[in-house]
Amino acid sequence: MTGVSIIGAGRLAVGEHWSRSIGDLAEEAGRLALAEAGLAGADAVVVGNAYGATLNQQTQLGSLVAGRLGLAGVEAWRCEAGDASGGVALRAGCLAIASGLLRTVLVIGVEKTTDIVGAARVAARNTSLDADFETVNGATQTALAALLMRRYMHENNLELADFAGFSINAHRNGSRNPLAMYRNQLRPGVFSKAPMLADPINLFDSAPDADGAAAVVLTAADAAKNFNAPAVHISGSAIANDSLMLQDRADPLRLVAASQSAERALLQAGLGQQQIDLLELHDSCTIMTALALEALGYSGRGQGWAWAQQAGARIGLTGELPLNTFGGLKSRGNPSGATGIYQAVEAALQLRAGAGDNQVAGARHALIQNIGGLGSTVATHILSVAD
Amino acid sequence: MTLSMRGIVYSCTQVREAPAGFESQAPYQLALVQLADGSLITAQLTDYVSDAQIGDPVEMVTRKLTTEGERGMIVYGYKFRPPIQ
Repeated sequence: MTGVSIIGAGRLAVGEHWSRSIGDLAEEAGRLALAEAGLAGADAVVVGNAYGATLNQQTQLGSLVAGRLGLAGVEAWRCEAGDASGGVALRAGCLAIASGLLRTVLVIGVEKTTDIVGAARVAARNTSLDADFETVNGATQTALAALLMRRYMHENNLELADFAGFSINAHRNGSRNPLAMYRNQLRPGVFSKAPMLADPINLFDSAPDADGAAAVVLTAADAAKNFNAPAVHISGSAIANDSLMLQDRADPLRLVAASQSAERALLQAGLGQQQIDLLELHDSCTIMTALALEALGYSGRGQGWAWAQQAGARIGLTGELPLNTFGGLKSRGNPSGATGIYQAVEAALQLRAGAGDNQVAGARHALIQNIGGLGSTVATHILSVAD
Repeated sequence: MTLSMRGIVYSCTQVREAPAGFESQAPYQLALVQLADGSLITAQLTDYVSDAQIGDPVEMVTRKLTTEGERGMIVYGYKFRPPIQ
């Protein structure tokens, strides 16, 4: 199979882009990535987007975005898998390049979330749950995560404050990222005092909905040297799925798809998890980080939370397992369908030694994981320094 | 398949940030209930006078879940309550 490389990357500031449309955001990110690759266009445009239909009344984003980029005529389409839409789009781009059918693919993740607020936005995001058995009963993504967290705390005798280090670490890293949504630091004492969203999950435990767009240009690894920017190799790419609903899982506290997609990606890369130099995990809530660390084999069952101890010192930029190095979803923000591409762009910066104040020294391999729902769709990619 | 009408609370939460159609009910208690056969079901808790706890015994009841559209069509479904006996 043909190897795949990233030869261009770009991302916008994450936040509330009230004056700009979903097309504006996607176009700018696409132009940034194409410019870095030194390209005017690509053979295909793949758009990762979760809630265009419900938040923006907009589908056919492939056509919309390709047109905005002056690429009418190329093949272009949208990938949707809830908050994993970006990671799934990246996987689609990898498949297209690896097949040999396309020479270059522009993968854009975009989300425009903040135009509607409150209960309407919660309902729009609820479309990624099961309509007949979850949404109809008043469930939300945050509430389902809260069910996991409450159970996890019960089984392992934990308190909310035991998870603080994940959010503190995210904000410590995000405070150094000029493109992060919330660049404030989080003091340990305030974490447990924030307003509740769905107990035990509060405002400081949960990642903020955001607007944003990010993009990468892919080409075959053996062609990558012909382009401007230093290439980053995608050494592993995998998606795994679990049941849409928590209630259908034998053990809701195991993110089976997170394990499976990571195992497949690591196998492709020929790496063990101990050779990974940094992680970008889907910290929509801290419980998802704890469960993902267990799914990836960094902790045993019920032990993932321990990485949050000592204000997350072990997961800091100079710690033994640097995690969410640009702030993760919690501080950088969660622009749903764009999140997986932000992870890719951020990891690429690390591997090119271009991460500035967020640099993890000597990073050679990064694992990025993008989750839809509560682990229903999980896309895992391994990015490596190109040899 | 016939589901058991009784179970215990596997996990529960108070939903404070409700979706459209449920704002007037917030905060409400949502749970994963483990039925007698071991299967899990997502449902609201009702008739509680205090916060539910993991392990509470509960039983299924038919209740109004929400209303749909401008004409207010009532959507009925199941919730779980502390057992009456």
